[in-house]
Amino acid sequence: MKKKIKIKINGKLNIIDNKTKISALIKNLKVPIKKVAIELNKEIIDKKRLNKIYLKENDKVEIVHFIGGG
Amino acid sequence: MILKQDKLIISKKKFNSRLIVGTGKYKNMKECAKAIKLSGADIVTVAVRRVNITNKKKPLLMDFIDPKKITYLPNTAGCFNSEEALRTLRLAREIGGWKLVKLEVLGDKKNLFPEMIETLKSTEILTKEGFRVMVYCNDDPLMAKRLENVGAAAIMPLAAPIGSGLGIQNKVNIQIIRSQTKLPLIIDAGLGQASDATVAMELGCDGVLVNTAIAKANKPFEMAKAFKNAVIAGRQSFLSGRIEKKIMGSASSPTKGII
Repeated sequence: MKKKIKIKINGKLNIIDNKTKISALIKNLKVPIKKVAIELNKEIIDKKRLNKIYLKENDKVEIVHFIGGG
Repeated sequence: MILKQDKLIISKKKFNSRLIVGTGKYKNMKECAKAIKLSGADIVTVAVRRVNITNKKKPLLMDFIDPKKITYLPNTAGCFNSEEALRTLRLAREIGGWKLVKLEVLGDKKNLFPEMIETLKSTEILTKEGFRVMVYCNDDPLMAKRLENVGAAAIMPLAAPIGSGLGIQNKVNIQIIRSQTKLPLIIDAGLGQASDATVAMELGCDGVLVNTAIAKANKPFEMAKAFKNAVIAGRQSFLSGRIEKKIMGSASSPTKGII
């Protein structure tokens, strides 16, 4: 069985497979990549690098987009 | 001047409409999109928030308002310090290369007045990072000057507290700011009805930003049209050069030939 790790996505605890790339996580979440920005531990991740970064225990991922606002 | 050729220019970019509208507080996105269309706005403010990853069917703003047709102006509404504001706008830029942004750093949760020290600091940092920063600020001419000195792309003083609907409270300050700057001057926040927008334009402002007054009107679509017309009327009136104010009457009909 694959080792699992705990990460936070948008403030919520998630348990995912160890050695998951951010690109795979985004794909699983079905997030429209062109319409969002992604932050890993408060650092913005260039979308070209998403398939190069593996998530690790206690990572904090933020996925944001535009919503209505004043 | 022919009004058709009279464009709003912000950071060398030309816009046909001098009305900027917010996209918050509408019943739903369909209503928001229709109101924006009727307002004729070329620029809309948007907020940066977490994606709802549990409910993927929630409609996306970009599906209703096409950022290729209307300029998205990412806004830092809800940020209470420089750090949060910078983080928000850097993320906004990452979403799609937005460099023209609206900075709003609030200082008080009740009156929603801007925290000007943090705002000034953020304006300087963002400008150095290549952002073109339109700055929500109080109606203080000295602070407006300081924002200009650190590279603001537009000065956006409040008319009154955000969402208050009170209209311009301090016309004199707005006029002083107008007289001292060539930067785009855009009234942001506190307008309540269409005539408030006309007043702003007649004071020589380059534009107005409206959200609540349209979104929360009984008939948002009609109010969107009213604001569109009010901004055009105010601009036309300003460009036409108003008459001098006098305390005595001056008859409109000639006195010669009275029977």
